[in-house]
This record gives sequence, C-alpha cells and structure tokens, in this order.
Amino acid sequence: MDFRFTGQEEAFRREVDDFMQRELPANWTEETLYWPGGYGTIPDFEKINPATEIFRRKLAEKGWLAISWPEEYGGAGRTHIEQAIFHERISYYRATGPDIGTLISGPAIMRFGSDEMKREWLPRIARGEIRFWLAYSEPNAGSDLASIKTSAVEDGDDLVINGQKTWGSGAHTSDYAWMAVMTDPDAPARKGISLVIVNNKSEGITIRPIINILGLHSFNEVFFDDVRVPQRNIVGEKNQGWYYLMAALDFERLVVAIGGMRRTLEELIQYTKGTYRNGQALSCAPLIQDKLAELAIEIEVADMFFWQTAWMLDRGLLPNIEASVLKLATTELSWKLANTAMEVMGPYAQLERGSKWAPLGGRICTGYLDCISALVGAGTSEIQRNIIALRGLGLPWS
Amino acid sequence: MDLGLSEEQEMLKTSARDFLQKECPKKLVKQLDESDEGYSPELWQKIAGLGWLGLMFPDKYGGSGGSFLDLVVLLEEMGYNILPGPFFSTVVLGGPTILAAGNKEQKRELLPGIASGEIILTLALTEPSVGYDASSVKTTAVAHNGEYVINGTKLFVPDANVADLLLCVARTKEAENPEDGITIFLVDAKSPGVDCTLLKTLARDKQCEVLFNNASVPKENILGELDQGWPVVQDALQKATVAKCAEMVGGAQAALDMAVAYAKERIQFNRPIGSFQAIQHYCANMVSDVDGSRFVTYKAAWKVSEGLPATMDVAVAKAWTSEAYRRVTLLAHQIFGAIGFTMDHDLHLYYRRAKASEMMFGDSAFQRAIVSRELGL
Repeated sequence: MDFRFTGQEEAFRREVDDFMQRELPANWTEETLYWPGGYGTIPDFEKINPATEIFRRKLAEKGWLAISWPEEYGGAGRTHIEQAIFHERISYYRATGPDIGTLISGPAIMRFGSDEMKREWLPRIARGEIRFWLAYSEPNAGSDLASIKTSAVEDGDDLVINGQKTWGSGAHTSDYAWMAVMTDPDAPARKGISLVIVNNKSEGITIRPIINILGLHSFNEVFFDDVRVPQRNIVGEKNQGWYYLMAALDFERLVVAIGGMRRTLEELIQYTKGTYRNGQALSCAPLIQDKLAELAIEIEVADMFFWQTAWMLDRGLLPNIEASVLKLATTELSWKLANTAMEVMGPYAQLERGSKWAPLGGRICTGYLDCISALVGAGTSEIQRNIIALRGLGLPWS
Repeated sequence: MDLGLSEEQEMLKTSARDFLQKECPKKLVKQLDESDEGYSPELWQKIAGLGWLGLMFPDKYGGSGGSFLDLVVLLEEMGYNILPGPFFSTVVLGGPTILAAGNKEQKRELLPGIASGEIILTLALTEPSVGYDASSVKTTAVAHNGEYVINGTKLFVPDANVADLLLCVARTKEAENPEDGITIFLVDAKSPGVDCTLLKTLARDKQCEVLFNNASVPKENILGELDQGWPVVQDALQKATVAKCAEMVGGAQAALDMAVAYAKERIQFNRPIGSFQAIQHYCANMVSDVDGSRFVTYKAAWKVSEGLPATMDVAVAKAWTSEAYRRVTLLAHQIFGAIGFTMDHDLHLYYRRAKASEMMFGDSAFQRAIVSRELGL
C-alpha cells in the first residue's frame, strides 16, 4: 500500500493547479453558483459562457478533456488516478470542462463502440468540439428506466424515432443526444433497448425548457417526431443498449465533486473563524466544532471511495457497486454539507446571492436547493441501494 | 498511489482467516467470554507458533520483522472471527512499546518471551476519570531507597487478570505541563501491593481494576526515560487506536456477511426476506459503512506504519469506524429478528464488542474534537 501520489502524479497535480489559477476567468470561483454534487447549477447546462468556452478550448489543447484516453483518440494517455487528480482539482476550482461527452459517452464508446464509431466520435469529443445531453428519462420511465416507450424503427439505413424524453439537462446547449430507445418492444424486459447518438439539428426534434428549483433553465422536455438517424449511430450492438446504459451510468456516478466539497468546508471554517456571536468566534463553540468535524470526517471517507474507483479502473476493473457506493456517499454528503452550513450560519444562510448580508455569496442558499438533485439524479439514493444489494451482495429479486 | 495489499499480506489474511475459523469456533469464543481467564493457553501457544506474537519484532528478538500494517491486516481477521484473549494487550499495547522505548537489556529479556508466548503484557493507563490525556494520570510513583513506590487506581485495564507484566503509567513529577513528569514502569503483576479485580463488562472482554497500594518497583524497571514517558504513551495510543479500528472493520464485515447470508435463506411471506427493499437497503447501508471504515482505517494504518504524521487520519478512522460498526451490528440485529436476541446466536458477540470498541481509546465525540483541532478550529 502507498497512499501517496507518485512523483509523476504530484507533478501533474501541481501542473493542473497552476493551470487553473492562471487560466480561469478572474473571480470565476466566486462567480459560479456551482454546488458540489448538484446538477442544477452546472454552468454549461444553462448557457454556454464565452469565457469558460475559451477555458475549455485550452483544456482540450492539453488533452485534458480526455486525460485517461489513449492518445490515438485524442486523449492524454494518462492513468485514471491522474484523471481523478484532475477532477478533484477542477471541482475544487468550481471550473467547467469535462462534460457528458468526455465523462460518459466517450468512455462508453471506447468500451462498446465499433472501431469506426471510435474514429468518428472520440477525437471530436476529446477536442471539445461537441456536446452531448442524456436522453434517458421519459415521463413514465424514471427509476424504472427499462420501461421507456420512445421507439426507434428500422427504415432502410435509418432508424425512425418517435417519443418524448424529459429531464434533458443542457439539451438546448448541446449538439447530440446520447439516447436510450426501444428497438424491440416485443423482446423480454431490458433486451429490446438500444443506445443511439442523435443530432440535435435533426428534423422533428422540439426542445422545450423546464425551469428547475433554482429558477434556472437547465432541464428540457424533448419531443421526437419521425426523427431519422443513420443506423451506424447505434452504439455497439442493437438491443444490447441496457447493458451499455448501466455501464455508462456507472461512469456517470464516478464523477463526484470531492474537491468542491473540500473547498466549501474550507470556506465554512474560514467563516466560523471570522464571525462573532456574543463576543465569541463561531469556531470556538463546541457544537459548531463537532458539526464541522463530522463533515470533515465524512469527506475523508468519501475521498477514499473516490480514489478507490480510480485505482480499480487503472487495474482494468470496472467499478460497479463501488460506483453506487461512491455516488450514494457523496450525494448524501452534498445535502449534509448544505444543511450543516445552514445550521452553522443560522438565518444569514437563507439569503440569496445579491444581498449584502448573504455569507459566501449566497452559495449555501443555492446549495441547499441544488443538493436535492444530487440525491435524485443519475439514479436516486434508493436505486443505488438496490444496485448494491442486488448486484453487489446477490440478494434475490423476489 | 497503490491501494492494494501486498501478496504477503493477502496470504497472511487468508491463512489467518482459515486458522481462526478452525481453531477458534464461536463455541470456544462463548466459553472463553464466560470464563474468568478469557483466553485459551493452548490456542495462545499455537498463535505463538505462527509467529503472530512477535510479528513486529526484529529477528534477533524472536520476531519476524513485520510492519504495523501487517499487524493491522491480522487484527482485521481477529475482529472478523473474534479471538478472545490478551493478543491486543500483549502485541499492540505492550510489545511495540517495549520495542520502541525499552533499553537493550529490557528488550533482550522480554521480547523473546513475548514472541514465544511466555509473557503476557498490558498497558495500565486509564484511571477512574477515564481520560486519555496526561492530566488524567493521577497515579503516583515516588522514589524511595533506589525504588519507586506506586500508589493509585487504574481502571478499564484490559487483560490485567492474566498479565504477567503491567506497563504502568504513573506521575513522577508535578509540573505545569501535565505531559511533563509521566513515567512508564514495568511492574510484575504478582508483586505485593498490586491488586487486580476483574470487571464484568458488556462485551465480556476482560477489563480490570488494578489497585497500586505502595507497590515497589526497582528503578531499573523504568521503561524509557524518567519523567519523559508521555510521548511513548501517545505513540502507543495512536497505534492502539488504529489497531482497534482494524478489529472493528473485521467485526463489521462479519456482521454484514452473517446478515446477508440470513436474508437470502430466511423465508417470510413466501419469499426470502432479502428480496424486500427495506432489507436490501439496510444491507446496502452496511456495505457503505464497512467499506468506508476499511478505507479510512487502512489509510491511517499505512501512515502510522510509515511513521508519517497521522493525528487527523487516526481520529477520522476511529470516529467513523466506531459509529459505523455500531450501525452495522444494529441493522444486522434488525435483519435477524428474535433469533438474534438469543445467547445461542453469534450476533450479540459483535453487537457487544462494537459498543466496547467504540468507547475504547476515545469515542466518536472525543475523536471529532481532535479532528476539529486539526482543522484549526
């Protein structure tokens, strides 16, 4: 065992750190609303900010949008531990860059796609030229994702898609849908689903905004009316989509904002040191010390889950229940971070950004709302527990 | 970064599990729990034969030169199976302390005997105030005619009932800084003026009250330096805290494994209870608790093993693991229902130990206070 970074890992961490400090727009970390774990405040889901777009290009130039990908696909050919180091740092700085394409679609194409598909899509994703949105959920298929109804029927070289997707985060700022469709409705459950890439500009797609709990337009409902997609856009084998989807969801669950949680705790600690109530700094109150220590301990636990999954990937293992444990631990922590901050700060924490009285730029008020999406998105906490119990421990379905 | 055990550690783990399963079945565990001695001399000799008692000692003292991390791997298995007896007291609290602080003669005289199973040790630190800080040490040792005379009460001393030698932490000087003036004495447990009473505890672990009433020890029995014993105690406590976490990780894993196996076979409402989501989610919570405990414990153990600063990591591990083990055994009881509430069943062995371990070396609130200091609060 060796919990230290190697010399190379340490050097890479410093390089990333320097880059963030040099290249991020001034005051970015204060300006962004980003809450670690939440989905509702991810900047690119709302609108593409020209300043962060420049930052993203620079990341792409360094190969940092695809750190652990092989160089032949435009990656940096580094390890997953190094990729994790990058993610920890980027989330600490509340920066954007890696997205659905680089974190979910790309790794899935690399694992399940044909050589042709890899050549067609991976370099463009690595260069940051295209964005994806996740077209999974439907009005009647949430946690029970296998019951999707959106159909894709063969017609010559194409598939013709009809149906409705919902909770499409950033569908309006993306170029392609990474989409689950029903290609064989007569097949047994989970055996008739395919994964397909659909161009947002295709005829027959209508995108309508859904305003999230924070008042931001991150979500969309998206309608597909006779949308034609070339069959070569099917990822891997037709009707095998459920399996790919589960793996892709595991990749999604590995993306956790461990650095952002540390950052917020640091800010909270600073706040308690500089805030006096009844002549005493908040940081001297035993109850507050205990609450902050509890938070720090849980961050340390989550941190170990985080590195464990990266370490597994470097050994060629595919985290599955580990991904669910990580997702469960960090999202519950996302809520706890916001709730503890509220308890520590008291009434000031309820103030929105813009008030001169709002501590930490109103970030806690936002976080208290956004953390709900952490508990629900990418599979609810209950779904994670099902996965751990059924797939991990082999408990019976019935 | 490398988060895996070495090949040798994996082998140690597997052989320990096999050995303990065969040589220390639950029937024996229960028998020993209810006995006054709390250990089996026959099993103790077998363990000595495996080299576990001198695991961390160099070859020249009859040891096998293992690391603290190796010991932690072994302790996880002892927690998993449960091994009643003075292993923790002798091999974690006593042996390494003598190895670290003893002079050449003391080491030559004692370490081979510890490794071969002839000498059982324990650390007599805590007192009725149950603090783990230097100011809680009220027991005094006063120099008199080339000897030291010890007076005071030590409480919750593990395995003193069977120990041959006590490492008694006493105050030899009143100083402004309570950490100054602490000395460790090697005291023959049978010497006049030393009186040991076994306490009957929740976990049936053998904790004792040890009274020192004008007990005389020669000054040669000072371990380390006069008045300078506190850093040695702190070092021993740090190791012991992580070591206790390792035992707890093993115990929590065992409770989880038992509960999952039962949930798969117990039929109610015409289906295995493990098919109910309520039970599944309990089990999932247990997995998070057990795995999280293991990761933070091994991180702390690795740091201690490497001699790196580990105050924060040790406190994190003990704070988290204490609560996790308690939660896991409670959920396991919920899954087992009434059968788990019987003496015949094995689960109570873990439930009892979870609480005892939680309280030993500082509970979660105590550890969180350390964490908050480390955070600069």
